[in-house]
Amino acid sequence: MLIALALVSGLGLGSMYGLLALGFSVTYAVSGTVNFAQGSSMMLGAVLCYSFAVTLGWPPLAAILLALLLCGFWGVIVERIAVRPFAARGSNGWLMATVALGIILENATLFLFGREPRNYPSVLADTPLDLAGIPVLPLQLAIPAVGLAAAAVLHLLARGTRLGKALLAVAQNQDAARLMGIDVGRAIALAYAVSTVFAGIAGILIAPLFNVSSDMGTLFGIKAFAVAIVGGIASPWGVVLAGFCYGAVEAMITALFGSTYTQILTFAVVILALAAMPNGLLGAAGTRKL
Amino acid sequence: MTEHKKAAGRQGSILAGAALAVLLAAVSGGPARAEEPIKIGLVAALSGGSAQSGEGITRGLTIAIDEINASGGLLGGRRLELIRRDDESNPAKGQIAARELIDQEKVAALFGGIDSPVALAIVPIANQAKVPFFSVWAAATPITRNGADPNYVFRVSAVDVLVDKALTNYAIKTYHAKRLGLILVNNPWGESNEKGLTAAAKEDDVAIAGIEKFEDNDVDMVAQLTRLKGDGADTLVLVGNAAPGAQVMKSLVRTGWSVPVISHWGISGGRFPELAGPAAQKVEFIQTYSFFGKQNAVGQKLLAELQAKYPDVKGPAQVIPPVGVANAYDGMRILGLAIAQAGGTDGDKMRQALEHLGRYEGLIKTYDPPFSPQNHDALSAGDYIMVHFVGSQIEPVTN
Repeated sequence: MLIALALVSGLGLGSMYGLLALGFSVTYAVSGTVNFAQGSSMMLGAVLCYSFAVTLGWPPLAAILLALLLCGFWGVIVERIAVRPFAARGSNGWLMATVALGIILENATLFLFGREPRNYPSVLADTPLDLAGIPVLPLQLAIPAVGLAAAAVLHLLARGTRLGKALLAVAQNQDAARLMGIDVGRAIALAYAVSTVFAGIAGILIAPLFNVSSDMGTLFGIKAFAVAIVGGIASPWGVVLAGFCYGAVEAMITALFGSTYTQILTFAVVILALAAMPNGLLGAAGTRKL
Repeated sequence: MTEHKKAAGRQGSILAGAALAVLLAAVSGGPARAEEPIKIGLVAALSGGSAQSGEGITRGLTIAIDEINASGGLLGGRRLELIRRDDESNPAKGQIAARELIDQEKVAALFGGIDSPVALAIVPIANQAKVPFFSVWAAATPITRNGADPNYVFRVSAVDVLVDKALTNYAIKTYHAKRLGLILVNNPWGESNEKGLTAAAKEDDVAIAGIEKFEDNDVDMVAQLTRLKGDGADTLVLVGNAAPGAQVMKSLVRTGWSVPVISHWGISGGRFPELAGPAAQKVEFIQTYSFFGKQNAVGQKLLAELQAKYPDVKGPAQVIPPVGVANAYDGMRILGLAIAQAGGTDGDKMRQALEHLGRYEGLIKTYDPPFSPQNHDALSAGDYIMVHFVGSQIEPVTN
């Protein structure tokens, strides 16, 4: 019972980490850069959705869609002002620039959205269902489903569409892709948009279980980065799988050893996992062709 | 005769000189000593999950300051002025704010907010700078009992060791608790209560079934709660602020475990009823004051003043959180008495005055006296009451 309850919670949180980490994965695969402020993009999704659905009282679907659209737009902005100018010069300045932009976003949100965390009510998080004696909220089932679906969509998109192939081409060799008539800049901007949309989805899904506030994403962002690395950052399935594992391990450690040991042991497991599998769970060793 | 005349002449010229000085100051608009405000600092959570606590303290201080100013100020007409800084519940930010208020703004005294870790971080700064520091919410035992001599830290609020005794007694009396399950925030405040609750349980001969911790930004406490259930806890004692406290209650709903929850007062510093949903209503927690029921003269006056100044206050229900307003009000009035008694804003004189004040008929009780050189805590276990949320209002528990 203890283990089962912990696992249900852990898998739910794990899929959140996975969704955020997928965002790291998409941009890394295409451009070799990431938005270190994924956590604040996640917060943006939740805050926008809350503002539309609760403050303005719009229908949930409209609120979710517009929130995600704006998240995508935010991704394009991140790429344009915090990544492209630096990457073009071969500088690693984007590392700091994305963090800085995230801090700006969080503080602007604190100012505009308000200083207190708010509750996002959802019918999916009201009454637990009884699954073989284990109480489970409908939302806790929906979150892993969405996480897996996102990875599947990404996989199909990459393999089965012209757009996806273009992205893969950019990932392999930017110069060659450019010569083939692919708009590399647009492809990378698109990857960033997809990345922040994933983060936005994660934010909207977790909001009813958590609360909505300007700093809700910070810790998620850090854990998601660990998940992305452990999963093998370029592998979507690896990242989602690592998310599940991270969430489950975290919850199991709390359940079995007590919360005092959660962070110590979880991050120790991260280090061990990286030592044992330097390329991540499903990541392939990078080959450098000369 | 000549001597007398000389003296009179001297006196006359002194008087003339003084008159000239006053006149000059008045004409040039220069800062005459009597007009210089006495600055009072507040370092508290004005944003984040405990923002309401900072607002409550602000209101209590503001009403007290308005009253003192309306009756002519202090030290011969000097007005009091409140200067606030947001610590964001972060000890490092609290320290920076305290230093800024002491060094730049030259505040005469400092008030603190809800967060014990922040207050604990400010204690050594206040003692070093010899600036009286008033805790009007944070309850960690070592804030006032900090070992410093002389000690510039005073408190008009609950003290964890005593709160922990009160909570333990309440659990035994009301729920016939035999095995307490502690669910505590993982910071110095949680630690202070872990010690207090363990000692109180030992004294009252109840067992501690288990002790579990959570982080302020944890989403899910199902694992901790399931462990406590497995340990056979029959009553939960919660120590945490509003936002994480709400996560504890949401997680409790998810486990489907029906167990009494009694809580320290951190949950009353924010939007706990909104964040925790219906489960918020079943938590019983401690306060030092309630604006419901029959009020003493000070209470009636304060309530009327709050309603006049803040349009959102329609009655006792909107004085949220009551503990912040009440403690801050009494704290500021007591400090006012001390400044008057000290005859100035010298830190050491104010400290001595605070330690040797007379009787003061305050809001929470009649302080007789508020402090002594040995005791810097103005409130004791007899001043606590148990309350619960009815909707978003905090009302006394009646049983």
